Amino acid sequence: MTGEREDMGTIDSGDTAWVLICGALVLLMTPGLACFYAGMVRAKHVLGMFMNNYVAIAVVSVTWVVIGYSIAFDRTLGGLTGRLGMAGLRNAAGGVPGFPHLTIPPLAFMSFQLMFAIITAALLSGAVADRMRLGAYVTFVAVWSVVVYAPLAHWSFSPEGWLAHRGLLDFAGGTVVEICSGASALALALVVGPRRGWPRELMAPHNLPLTLLGAGLLWFGWLGFNAGSALSAGAIAAQAVVNTHLAGVGGLLGWLVVERKITGHATTLGAISGAVAGLVAVTPAAGFVDTLPALLLGAVAGVVSLVAVRLKFRFRYDDSLDVVGVHFAGGVVGTLFVGLFASRGVNPGVGHQGLLLGGGFTQLGIQALGVLAAAVWSFAMSYLIAWFLRAVLAVRVDPGDEVVGLDSTQHAEAAYDLGSSSGVGRFGA
Amino acid sequence: MKLVTAVLRPHVLDDVRAALVAENISGLTVGEASGHGRQRGHTEVYRGAEYTIDFLPKLRIEIVVDDHDVARVVDAIAGAARTGKIGDGKIWVVPVDDVVRVRTGERGLDAV
Repeated sequence: MTGEREDMGTIDSGDTAWVLICGALVLLMTPGLACFYAGMVRAKHVLGMFMNNYVAIAVVSVTWVVIGYSIAFDRTLGGLTGRLGMAGLRNAAGGVPGFPHLTIPPLAFMSFQLMFAIITAALLSGAVADRMRLGAYVTFVAVWSVVVYAPLAHWSFSPEGWLAHRGLLDFAGGTVVEICSGASALALALVVGPRRGWPRELMAPHNLPLTLLGAGLLWFGWLGFNAGSALSAGAIAAQAVVNTHLAGVGGLLGWLVVERKITGHATTLGAISGAVAGLVAVTPAAGFVDTLPALLLGAVAGVVSLVAVRLKFRFRYDDSLDVVGVHFAGGVVGTLFVGLFASRGVNPGVGHQGLLLGGGFTQLGIQALGVLAAAVWSFAMSYLIAWFLRAVLAVRVDPGDEVVGLDSTQHAEAAYDLGSSSGVGRFGA
Repeated sequence: MKLVTAVLRPHVLDDVRAALVAENISGLTVGEASGHGRQRGHTEVYRGAEYTIDFLPKLRIEIVVDDHDVARVVDAIAGAARTGKIGDGKIWVVPVDDVVRVRTGERGLDAV
Protein backbone atom coordinates (compact mmCIF):
# COMPACT_ATOMS: atom_id res chain seq x y z
CA MET A 1 0.00 0.00 0.00
CA THR A 2 2.46 2.64 -1.05
CA GLY A 3 1.15 5.43 -3.22
CA GLU A 4 3.69 7.01 -5.49
CA ARG A 5 2.43 10.58 -5.49
CA GLU A 6 3.43 11.46 -1.98
CA ASP A 7 3.38 15.15 -2.82
CA MET A 8 -0.28 15.32 -3.82
CA GLY A 9 -3.27 15.30 -1.58
CA THR A 10 -5.94 16.38 -4.03
CA ILE A 11 -8.26 14.02 -5.87
CA ASP A 12 -6.80 12.85 -9.19
CA SER A 13 -9.42 11.69 -11.69
CA GLY A 14 -7.03 9.26 -13.41
CA ASP A 15 -6.07 7.62 -10.12
CA THR A 16 -9.69 7.50 -9.03
CA ALA A 17 -10.90 5.92 -12.28
CA TRP A 18 -8.14 3.32 -12.06
CA VAL A 19 -8.87 2.28 -8.49
CA LEU A 20 -12.63 2.18 -9.10
CA ILE A 21 -12.07 -0.09 -12.10
CA CYS A 22 -9.66 -2.24 -10.12
CA GLY A 23 -12.31 -2.67 -7.43
CA ALA A 24 -14.61 -4.11 -10.09
CA LEU A 25 -11.81 -6.38 -11.34
CA VAL A 26 -11.22 -7.70 -7.83
CA LEU A 27 -14.95 -8.27 -7.30
CA LEU A 28 -14.97 -10.44 -10.44
CA MET A 29 -12.27 -12.62 -8.90
CA THR A 30 -14.75 -14.14 -6.44
CA PRO A 31 -17.12 -15.53 -9.10
CA GLY A 32 -13.93 -16.59 -10.87
CA LEU A 33 -12.79 -18.37 -7.73
CA ALA A 34 -16.23 -19.98 -7.47
CA CYS A 35 -15.81 -21.46 -10.97
CA PHE A 36 -12.21 -22.45 -10.21
CA TYR A 37 -13.31 -24.32 -7.08
CA ALA A 38 -16.65 -25.65 -8.36
CA GLY A 39 -15.01 -27.42 -11.29
CA MET A 40 -12.75 -29.26 -8.83
CA VAL A 41 -15.52 -30.71 -6.66
CA ARG A 42 -17.77 -33.60 -7.58
CA ALA A 43 -20.91 -32.94 -9.63
CA LYS A 44 -23.24 -33.34 -6.64
CA HIS A 45 -21.60 -30.51 -4.65
CA VAL A 46 -21.22 -27.85 -7.36
CA LEU A 47 -23.94 -25.47 -6.22
CA GLY A 48 -22.85 -25.79 -2.60
CA MET A 49 -19.47 -24.43 -3.65
CA PHE A 50 -20.95 -21.59 -5.70
CA MET A 51 -23.20 -20.72 -2.77
CA ASN A 52 -20.28 -20.47 -0.33
CA ASN A 53 -18.56 -17.99 -2.63
CA TYR A 54 -21.53 -15.81 -3.48
CA VAL A 55 -22.73 -15.73 0.10
CA ALA A 56 -19.24 -14.57 1.15
CA ILE A 57 -19.71 -11.55 -1.12
CA ALA A 58 -22.90 -10.65 0.70
CA VAL A 59 -21.86 -11.40 4.29
CA VAL A 60 -18.45 -9.73 4.18
CA SER A 61 -19.88 -6.66 2.43
CA VAL A 62 -22.16 -6.15 5.41
CA THR A 63 -19.57 -6.81 8.13
CA TRP A 64 -17.02 -4.64 6.31
CA VAL A 65 -19.14 -1.49 6.10
CA VAL A 66 -20.65 -2.02 9.56
CA ILE A 67 -17.37 -2.50 11.46
CA GLY A 68 -14.58 -4.28 9.55
CA TYR A 69 -13.36 -1.25 7.62
CA SER A 70 -13.13 0.79 10.80
CA ILE A 71 -11.10 -1.90 12.57
CA ALA A 72 -8.78 -2.11 9.58
CA PHE A 73 -8.30 1.55 8.69
CA ASP A 74 -9.43 3.92 11.45
CA ARG A 75 -6.82 5.60 13.68
CA THR A 76 -4.79 2.98 15.46
CA LEU A 77 -4.95 1.71 19.02
CA GLY A 78 -1.33 0.82 19.73
CA GLY A 79 -0.77 -0.52 16.21
CA LEU A 80 -2.97 -3.52 16.95
CA THR A 81 -6.39 -2.44 15.76
CA GLY A 82 -8.20 0.51 14.30
CA ARG A 83 -10.73 2.36 16.45
CA LEU A 84 -14.46 2.22 15.88
CA GLY A 85 -14.88 5.82 14.75
CA MET A 86 -15.66 4.75 11.19
CA ALA A 87 -18.16 2.02 12.11
CA GLY A 88 -21.06 2.11 9.69
CA LEU A 89 -18.75 4.25 7.50
CA ARG A 90 -19.31 7.27 9.73
CA ASN A 91 -16.62 9.86 8.87
CA ALA A 92 -15.23 7.42 6.32
CA ALA A 93 -15.51 9.87 3.42
CA GLY A 94 -13.29 12.40 5.20
CA GLY A 95 -9.99 10.60 4.76
CA VAL A 96 -8.01 7.47 5.57
CA PRO A 97 -5.74 7.75 8.64
CA GLY A 98 -2.11 7.12 7.67
CA PHE A 99 -2.72 8.09 4.03
CA PRO A 100 -2.35 11.90 4.06
CA HIS A 101 -1.53 12.10 0.37
CA LEU A 102 -4.31 9.92 -0.97
CA THR A 103 -5.35 11.10 -4.45
CA ILE A 104 -8.57 9.09 -4.61
CA PRO A 105 -11.82 9.53 -2.64
CA PRO A 106 -11.64 7.56 0.62
CA LEU A 107 -14.80 5.68 -0.37
CA ALA A 108 -13.03 4.43 -3.52
CA PHE A 109 -10.31 3.09 -1.22
CA MET A 110 -12.90 1.60 1.13
CA SER A 111 -14.73 -0.28 -1.64
CA PHE A 112 -11.46 -1.47 -3.22
CA GLN A 113 -10.45 -2.88 0.16
CA LEU A 114 -13.89 -4.44 0.61
CA MET A 115 -13.28 -6.63 -2.44
CA PHE A 116 -10.07 -7.92 -0.80
CA ALA A 117 -11.93 -8.85 2.37
CA ILE A 118 -14.54 -10.69 0.28
CA ILE A 119 -12.18 -12.87 -1.72
CA THR A 120 -10.04 -13.73 1.29
CA ALA A 121 -13.14 -15.08 3.00
CA ALA A 122 -14.31 -16.88 -0.15
CA LEU A 123 -10.94 -18.64 -0.40
CA LEU A 124 -11.71 -20.50 2.83
CA SER A 125 -14.55 -22.40 1.16
CA GLY A 126 -12.02 -24.50 -0.76
CA ALA A 127 -10.71 -26.09 2.43
CA VAL A 128 -14.11 -27.27 3.67
CA ALA A 129 -15.68 -28.18 0.32
CA ASP A 130 -18.51 -30.72 0.17
CA ARG A 131 -19.28 -30.98 3.89
CA MET A 132 -19.72 -27.74 5.86
CA ARG A 133 -23.21 -26.53 6.70
CA LEU A 134 -24.06 -23.24 5.04
CA GLY A 135 -25.25 -21.68 8.29
CA ALA A 136 -22.04 -22.62 10.09
CA TYR A 137 -19.93 -21.34 7.20
CA VAL A 138 -21.78 -18.03 7.09
CA THR A 139 -21.41 -17.60 10.85
CA PHE A 140 -17.72 -18.41 10.68
CA VAL A 141 -17.07 -16.01 7.81
CA ALA A 142 -18.99 -13.19 9.49
CA VAL A 143 -17.07 -13.51 12.76
CA TRP A 144 -13.75 -14.23 11.06
CA SER A 145 -13.96 -11.19 8.76
CA VAL A 146 -14.26 -8.91 11.82
CA VAL A 147 -12.07 -10.71 14.36
CA VAL A 148 -9.27 -12.16 12.19
CA TYR A 149 -9.13 -10.41 8.84
CA ALA A 150 -9.79 -6.79 9.81
CA PRO A 151 -7.12 -6.57 12.54
CA LEU A 152 -4.55 -8.25 10.28
CA ALA A 153 -5.42 -5.80 7.51
CA HIS A 154 -4.76 -3.05 10.05
CA TRP A 155 -1.34 -4.48 10.94
CA SER A 156 -0.13 -4.75 7.35
CA PHE A 157 -2.17 -2.37 5.21
CA SER A 158 -2.72 0.63 7.48
CA PRO A 159 0.53 2.62 7.74
CA GLU A 160 -0.33 2.97 11.44
CA GLY A 161 -0.45 -0.82 11.96
CA TRP A 162 2.44 -2.38 13.87
CA LEU A 163 3.78 -4.49 11.00
CA ALA A 164 3.59 -1.72 8.41
CA HIS A 165 5.11 0.67 10.96
CA ARG A 166 8.09 -1.66 11.34
CA GLY A 167 8.58 -1.55 7.61
CA LEU A 168 6.81 -4.70 6.39
CA LEU A 169 6.44 -4.53 2.62
CA ASP A 170 3.19 -6.19 1.60
CA PHE A 171 2.05 -4.62 -1.62
CA ALA A 172 -1.35 -6.26 -2.09
CA GLY A 173 -1.79 -8.83 0.65
CA GLY A 174 0.80 -11.61 0.85
CA THR A 175 0.17 -11.62 4.58
CA VAL A 176 -3.37 -10.21 4.78
CA VAL A 177 -4.88 -12.22 1.94
CA GLU A 178 -2.69 -15.20 1.10
CA ILE A 179 -1.08 -16.31 4.37
CA CYS A 180 -4.23 -15.37 6.24
CA SER A 181 -6.53 -17.40 3.99
CA GLY A 182 -4.13 -20.34 3.91
CA ALA A 183 -3.54 -20.53 7.66
CA SER A 184 -7.22 -19.93 8.45
CA ALA A 185 -8.22 -22.59 5.93
CA LEU A 186 -5.93 -25.11 7.60
CA ALA A 187 -7.48 -24.40 11.00
CA LEU A 188 -10.99 -24.67 9.60
CA ALA A 189 -10.25 -27.92 7.76
CA LEU A 190 -8.77 -29.43 10.95
CA VAL A 191 -11.79 -28.54 13.07
CA VAL A 192 -14.42 -29.52 10.49
CA GLY A 193 -12.64 -32.77 9.62
CA PRO A 194 -12.11 -34.58 6.32
CA ARG A 195 -14.70 -35.42 3.68
CA ARG A 196 -16.25 -38.87 4.11
CA GLY A 197 -14.06 -41.37 2.35
CA TRP A 198 -11.02 -39.09 2.08
CA PRO A 199 -8.28 -39.93 1.18
CA ARG A 200 -9.25 -43.51 0.25
CA GLU A 201 -11.79 -42.53 -2.41
CA LEU A 202 -10.93 -40.68 -5.57
CA MET A 203 -12.54 -37.25 -5.46
CA ALA A 204 -11.58 -36.10 -8.91
CA PRO A 205 -12.58 -32.75 -10.41
CA HIS A 206 -15.89 -33.11 -12.24
CA ASN A 207 -15.42 -30.26 -14.74
CA LEU A 208 -11.91 -29.03 -15.45
CA PRO A 209 -12.99 -26.63 -18.22
CA LEU A 210 -14.99 -24.74 -15.57
CA THR A 211 -11.89 -24.67 -13.36
CA LEU A 212 -9.74 -23.43 -16.22
CA LEU A 213 -12.22 -20.67 -17.05
CA GLY A 214 -12.32 -19.64 -13.39
CA ALA A 215 -8.55 -19.49 -13.25
CA GLY A 216 -8.57 -17.25 -16.31
CA LEU A 217 -10.97 -14.88 -14.55
CA LEU A 218 -8.72 -14.91 -11.49
CA TRP A 219 -5.67 -14.07 -13.60
CA PHE A 220 -7.57 -11.21 -15.28
CA GLY A 221 -8.82 -9.82 -11.97
CA TRP A 222 -5.42 -10.19 -10.33
CA LEU A 223 -4.03 -7.42 -12.52
CA GLY A 224 -6.47 -5.09 -10.77
CA PHE A 225 -5.86 -6.68 -7.38
CA ASN A 226 -2.14 -5.95 -7.47
CA ALA A 227 -1.86 -2.92 -9.72
CA GLY A 228 -4.81 -1.23 -8.04
CA SER A 229 -2.91 -1.49 -4.78
CA ALA A 230 -0.62 1.24 -6.08
CA LEU A 231 -3.67 3.45 -5.37
CA SER A 232 -2.60 5.53 -8.36
CA ALA A 233 -2.44 5.11 -12.12
CA GLY A 234 1.26 5.54 -12.67
CA ALA A 235 4.63 3.84 -12.99
CA ILE A 236 4.20 1.59 -9.94
CA ALA A 237 0.85 0.35 -11.18
CA ALA A 238 2.40 -0.42 -14.56
CA GLN A 239 5.26 -2.32 -12.92
CA ALA A 240 2.74 -4.22 -10.82
CA VAL A 241 0.79 -5.27 -13.92
CA VAL A 242 3.97 -6.51 -15.62
CA ASN A 243 5.15 -8.34 -12.50
CA THR A 244 1.79 -9.91 -11.80
CA HIS A 245 1.41 -11.25 -15.29
CA LEU A 246 4.94 -12.60 -15.50
CA ALA A 247 4.71 -14.31 -12.13
CA GLY A 248 1.59 -16.12 -13.37
CA VAL A 249 3.54 -17.14 -16.47
CA GLY A 250 6.49 -18.32 -14.38
CA GLY A 251 4.26 -20.35 -12.11
CA LEU A 252 2.52 -22.06 -15.01
CA LEU A 253 5.81 -23.06 -16.60
CA GLY A 254 7.48 -24.04 -13.33
CA TRP A 255 4.70 -26.40 -12.28
CA LEU A 256 4.38 -28.01 -15.73
CA VAL A 257 8.07 -28.72 -16.15
CA VAL A 258 8.45 -30.36 -12.74
CA GLU A 259 5.12 -32.21 -12.95
CA ARG A 260 6.08 -33.65 -16.32
CA LYS A 261 9.34 -34.89 -14.81
CA ILE A 262 7.66 -36.47 -11.77
CA THR A 263 4.50 -38.02 -13.23
CA GLY A 264 5.24 -38.16 -16.94
CA HIS A 265 2.26 -35.94 -17.79
CA ALA A 266 1.71 -32.22 -18.17
CA THR A 267 -1.82 -31.57 -16.88
CA THR A 268 -4.13 -28.61 -17.46
CA LEU A 269 -5.01 -28.47 -13.76
CA GLY A 270 -1.29 -28.36 -13.03
CA ALA A 271 -0.71 -25.56 -15.50
CA ILE A 272 -3.38 -23.37 -14.01
CA SER A 273 -2.55 -24.28 -10.40
CA GLY A 274 1.01 -23.18 -11.08
CA ALA A 275 -0.22 -19.92 -12.58
CA VAL A 276 -2.38 -19.22 -9.53
CA ALA A 277 0.55 -20.06 -7.22
CA GLY A 278 2.69 -17.55 -9.12
CA LEU A 279 -0.03 -14.91 -8.89
CA VAL A 280 -0.36 -15.57 -5.16
CA ALA A 281 3.37 -15.21 -4.61
CA VAL A 282 3.70 -11.95 -6.52
CA THR A 283 0.87 -10.36 -4.54
CA PRO A 284 3.10 -8.95 -1.77
CA ALA A 285 5.89 -8.19 -4.26
CA ALA A 286 4.15 -6.71 -7.30
CA GLY A 287 5.02 -3.05 -6.66
CA PHE A 288 8.37 -3.58 -4.97
CA VAL A 289 10.48 -5.78 -7.25
CA ASP A 290 11.77 -5.60 -10.80
CA THR A 291 10.44 -7.59 -13.76
CA LEU A 292 12.83 -10.55 -13.94
CA PRO A 293 12.75 -11.24 -10.20
CA ALA A 294 8.95 -11.40 -10.53
CA LEU A 295 9.22 -14.03 -13.27
CA LEU A 296 11.67 -16.00 -11.12
CA LEU A 297 9.36 -15.66 -8.11
CA GLY A 298 6.46 -17.10 -10.10
CA ALA A 299 8.50 -20.11 -11.20
CA VAL A 300 9.73 -20.78 -7.66
CA ALA A 301 6.19 -20.52 -6.30
CA GLY A 302 4.88 -22.91 -8.95
CA VAL A 303 7.37 -25.57 -7.95
CA VAL A 304 6.97 -24.99 -4.20
CA SER A 305 3.19 -25.29 -4.50
CA LEU A 306 3.45 -28.54 -6.45
CA VAL A 307 5.38 -29.97 -3.50
CA ALA A 308 3.17 -28.31 -0.87
CA VAL A 309 -0.13 -29.67 -2.19
CA ARG A 310 1.11 -33.18 -1.47
CA LEU A 311 1.69 -32.46 2.22
CA LYS A 312 -1.98 -32.98 3.06
CA PHE A 313 -1.65 -36.65 2.24
CA ARG A 314 1.34 -37.01 4.53
CA PHE A 315 -0.13 -35.06 7.44
CA ARG A 316 -3.71 -36.19 6.86
CA TYR A 317 -5.65 -32.94 6.76
CA ASP A 318 -8.31 -32.66 4.09
CA ASP A 319 -7.59 -29.21 2.69
CA SER A 320 -9.85 -30.26 -0.14
CA LEU A 321 -8.92 -27.78 -2.86
CA ASP A 322 -5.39 -26.92 -1.64
CA VAL A 323 -5.87 -23.50 -0.08
CA VAL A 324 -2.87 -24.26 2.14
CA GLY A 325 -0.70 -25.72 -0.61
CA VAL A 326 -1.32 -22.86 -3.00
CA HIS A 327 -2.16 -19.76 -0.95
CA PHE A 328 -0.25 -20.32 2.26
CA ALA A 329 2.84 -21.69 0.54
CA GLY A 330 2.74 -19.05 -2.21
CA GLY A 331 2.11 -16.26 0.29
CA VAL A 332 5.10 -17.25 2.42
CA VAL A 333 7.39 -17.56 -0.59
CA GLY A 334 6.29 -14.20 -2.00
CA THR A 335 6.44 -12.28 1.27
CA LEU A 336 9.97 -13.53 2.00
CA PHE A 337 11.02 -12.95 -1.60
CA VAL A 338 10.35 -9.22 -1.13
CA GLY A 339 13.14 -9.29 1.44
CA LEU A 340 15.51 -10.55 -1.24
CA PHE A 341 14.59 -8.33 -4.19
CA ALA A 342 12.85 -5.19 -2.86
CA SER A 343 14.15 -2.28 -4.91
CA ARG A 344 14.10 1.42 -4.16
CA GLY A 345 14.49 1.99 -7.87
CA VAL A 346 11.12 0.37 -8.45
CA ASN A 347 9.36 1.98 -5.52
CA PRO A 348 10.71 4.88 -3.40
CA GLY A 349 8.55 3.56 -0.55
CA VAL A 350 10.99 0.66 -0.04
CA GLY A 351 12.81 1.25 3.25
CA HIS A 352 15.67 -1.22 2.87
CA GLN A 353 16.97 -2.71 -0.35
CA GLY A 354 16.53 -6.47 -0.58
CA LEU A 355 19.29 -8.83 0.54
CA LEU A 356 20.33 -9.72 -3.00
CA LEU A 357 20.42 -6.04 -3.98
CA GLY A 358 22.98 -5.31 -1.27
CA GLY A 359 20.61 -4.12 1.45
CA GLY A 360 21.54 -6.76 4.02
CA PHE A 361 19.18 -8.85 6.11
CA THR A 362 17.08 -6.03 7.58
CA GLN A 363 14.14 -6.22 5.17
CA LEU A 364 14.20 -10.02 5.04
CA GLY A 365 13.96 -10.07 8.84
CA ILE A 366 10.95 -7.78 8.82
CA GLN A 367 9.30 -9.89 6.13
CA ALA A 368 9.88 -13.06 8.18
CA LEU A 369 8.30 -11.36 11.17
CA GLY A 370 5.29 -10.51 9.02
CA VAL A 371 4.98 -14.11 7.82
CA LEU A 372 5.16 -15.44 11.36
CA ALA A 373 2.72 -12.93 12.81
CA ALA A 374 0.16 -13.41 10.04
CA ALA A 375 0.41 -17.20 10.15
CA VAL A 376 0.16 -17.56 13.93
CA TRP A 377 -2.61 -14.98 14.29
CA SER A 378 -4.73 -16.38 11.46
CA PHE A 379 -4.32 -20.02 12.42
CA ALA A 380 -4.83 -19.60 16.16
CA MET A 381 -7.80 -17.24 15.96
CA SER A 382 -9.52 -19.22 13.20
CA TYR A 383 -9.03 -22.44 15.12
CA LEU A 384 -10.54 -20.84 18.20
CA ILE A 385 -13.58 -19.52 16.34
CA ALA A 386 -14.17 -22.78 14.49
CA TRP A 387 -13.71 -24.82 17.66
CA PHE A 388 -16.23 -22.64 19.51
CA LEU A 389 -18.71 -22.92 16.65
CA ARG A 390 -18.35 -26.70 16.64
CA ALA A 391 -19.13 -26.72 20.34
CA VAL A 392 -22.40 -24.79 19.98
CA LEU A 393 -23.78 -25.83 16.59
CA ALA A 394 -23.47 -28.46 13.88
CA VAL A 395 -20.70 -27.48 11.49
CA ARG A 396 -21.13 -30.46 9.16
CA VAL A 397 -24.09 -31.57 7.10
CA ASP A 398 -25.75 -34.90 7.84
CA PRO A 399 -23.49 -37.83 6.89
CA GLY A 400 -26.20 -39.11 4.54
CA ASP A 401 -26.60 -35.70 2.92
CA GLU A 402 -22.87 -35.55 2.34
CA VAL A 403 -23.05 -38.79 0.37
CA VAL A 404 -26.10 -37.74 -1.65
CA GLY A 405 -24.66 -34.28 -2.30
CA LEU A 406 -25.05 -30.73 -1.02
CA ASP A 407 -26.90 -29.56 -4.11
CA SER A 408 -30.03 -31.65 -3.71
CA THR A 409 -30.03 -31.99 0.10
CA GLN A 410 -29.04 -28.45 1.15
CA HIS A 411 -30.19 -26.31 -1.74
CA ALA A 412 -32.98 -28.36 -3.38
CA GLU A 413 -31.42 -27.84 -6.80
CA ALA A 414 -29.32 -29.73 -9.33
CA ALA A 415 -26.29 -28.18 -11.05
CA TYR A 416 -26.67 -30.26 -14.19
CA ASP A 417 -29.83 -31.76 -15.64
CA LEU A 418 -28.63 -33.28 -18.87
CA GLY A 419 -30.14 -36.77 -19.01
CA SER A 420 -32.88 -37.70 -21.44
CA SER A 421 -35.37 -38.03 -18.58
CA SER A 422 -34.46 -34.63 -17.15
CA GLY A 423 -37.16 -32.10 -16.44
CA VAL A 424 -39.71 -34.80 -15.70
CA GLY A 425 -41.81 -33.97 -12.65
CA ARG A 426 -44.94 -32.23 -11.41
CA PHE A 427 -45.60 -28.83 -9.85
CA GLY A 428 -46.16 -28.94 -6.10
CA ALA A 429 -44.45 -30.85 -3.33
CA MET B 1 -35.78 -65.40 -30.01
CA LYS B 2 -32.63 -64.40 -28.24
CA LEU B 3 -31.32 -61.23 -26.62
CA VAL B 4 -27.72 -60.56 -27.60
CA THR B 5 -25.94 -58.22 -25.19
CA ALA B 6 -22.44 -56.94 -25.87
CA VAL B 7 -20.25 -54.77 -23.62
CA LEU B 8 -17.57 -53.23 -25.81
CA ARG B 9 -14.99 -50.49 -26.17
CA PRO B 10 -16.78 -47.20 -26.98
CA HIS B 11 -14.78 -46.48 -30.14
CA VAL B 12 -15.87 -49.66 -31.96
CA LEU B 13 -19.52 -48.59 -32.20
CA ASP B 14 -19.41 -47.43 -35.82
CA ASP B 15 -17.69 -50.61 -37.04
CA VAL B 16 -20.08 -52.85 -35.09
CA ARG B 17 -23.11 -51.03 -36.42
CA ALA B 18 -21.82 -51.33 -40.01
CA ALA B 19 -21.17 -55.06 -39.52
CA LEU B 20 -24.72 -55.56 -38.18
CA VAL B 21 -26.27 -53.67 -41.06
CA ALA B 22 -24.29 -55.90 -43.43
CA GLU B 23 -25.98 -58.88 -41.69
CA ASN B 24 -29.42 -57.26 -42.26
CA ILE B 25 -29.91 -56.44 -38.59
CA SER B 26 -32.02 -53.29 -38.72
CA GLY B 27 -32.11 -52.09 -35.15
CA LEU B 28 -30.08 -52.00 -31.98
CA THR B 29 -30.10 -50.25 -28.62
CA VAL B 30 -26.95 -48.60 -27.27
CA GLY B 31 -26.25 -47.38 -23.78
CA GLU B 32 -23.21 -46.03 -22.00
CA ALA B 33 -21.80 -48.28 -19.33
CA SER B 34 -18.72 -48.43 -17.15
CA GLY B 35 -16.91 -51.36 -15.65
CA HIS B 36 -13.90 -53.57 -15.78
CA GLY B 37 -13.07 -57.21 -16.30
CA ARG B 38 -9.53 -58.49 -16.44
CA GLN B 39 -8.46 -55.16 -17.79
CA ARG B 40 -7.02 -52.87 -15.10
CA GLY B 41 -8.12 -49.25 -14.75
CA HIS B 42 -6.06 -46.34 -15.96
CA THR B 43 -4.18 -43.60 -14.14
CA GLU B 44 -5.17 -39.95 -13.80
CA VAL B 45 -3.06 -37.16 -12.29
CA TYR B 46 -4.55 -34.28 -10.29
CA ARG B 47 -2.14 -31.71 -8.84
CA GLY B 48 0.71 -34.17 -8.86
CA ALA B 49 -1.20 -36.95 -7.10
CA GLU B 50 -1.83 -40.09 -9.16
CA TYR B 51 -5.13 -41.93 -8.92
CA THR B 52 -6.16 -45.31 -10.35
CA ILE B 53 -9.50 -45.17 -12.12
CA ASP B 54 -11.09 -48.63 -11.71
CA PHE B 55 -14.10 -48.32 -13.98
CA LEU B 56 -13.56 -47.68 -17.64
CA PRO B 57 -16.08 -46.27 -20.07
CA LYS B 58 -17.80 -49.01 -22.09
CA LEU B 59 -20.76 -49.35 -24.43
CA ARG B 60 -23.59 -51.80 -23.94
CA ILE B 61 -25.33 -52.93 -27.16
CA GLU B 62 -28.56 -54.92 -27.07
CA ILE B 63 -30.26 -56.68 -30.00
CA VAL B 64 -33.19 -59.13 -30.10
CA VAL B 65 -32.79 -61.63 -32.97
CA ASP B 66 -34.29 -64.78 -34.41
CA ASP B 67 -32.63 -67.96 -33.11
CA HIS B 68 -31.25 -68.69 -36.60
CA ASP B 69 -29.39 -65.37 -36.72
CA VAL B 70 -27.67 -65.59 -33.35
CA ALA B 71 -24.40 -67.13 -34.51
CA ARG B 72 -23.99 -64.69 -37.43
CA VAL B 73 -24.78 -61.69 -35.26
CA VAL B 74 -22.40 -62.71 -32.50
CA ASP B 75 -19.62 -63.32 -35.02
CA ALA B 76 -20.29 -59.97 -36.69
CA ILE B 77 -20.08 -58.08 -33.39
CA ALA B 78 -16.99 -59.93 -32.21
CA GLY B 79 -15.26 -59.47 -35.56
CA ALA B 80 -15.89 -55.75 -35.64
CA ALA B 81 -15.05 -55.12 -32.00
CA ARG B 82 -11.87 -57.16 -31.68
CA THR B 83 -8.56 -55.33 -31.17
CA GLY B 84 -6.81 -58.34 -29.61
CA LYS B 85 -5.91 -56.44 -26.45
CA ILE B 86 -7.27 -57.00 -22.93
CA GLY B 87 -10.44 -54.96 -22.52
CA ASP B 88 -12.23 -55.81 -25.78
CA GLY B 89 -15.33 -56.81 -23.80
CA LYS B 90 -17.88 -59.62 -23.73
CA ILE B 91 -20.97 -60.82 -25.60
CA TRP B 92 -23.67 -62.99 -24.07
CA VAL B 93 -26.94 -64.46 -25.27
CA VAL B 94 -30.13 -65.18 -23.29
CA PRO B 95 -33.58 -66.47 -24.37
CA VAL B 96 -36.48 -64.04 -24.81
CA ASP B 97 -40.09 -65.04 -24.08
CA ASP B 98 -41.94 -62.44 -26.10
CA VAL B 99 -41.56 -59.14 -27.96
CA VAL B 100 -44.22 -56.50 -28.67
CA ARG B 101 -43.99 -53.80 -31.35
CA VAL B 102 -45.61 -50.85 -29.58
CA ARG B 103 -46.88 -49.09 -32.74
CA THR B 104 -48.80 -52.04 -34.23
CA GLY B 105 -49.24 -54.49 -31.37
CA GLU B 106 -47.47 -57.28 -33.37
CA ARG B 107 -45.95 -59.94 -31.15
CA GLY B 108 -43.15 -62.48 -31.24
CA LEU B 109 -40.94 -62.84 -34.30
CA ASP B 110 -43.11 -60.40 -36.28
CA ALA B 111 -42.10 -57.71 -33.84
CA VAL B 112 -38.35 -58.33 -34.06
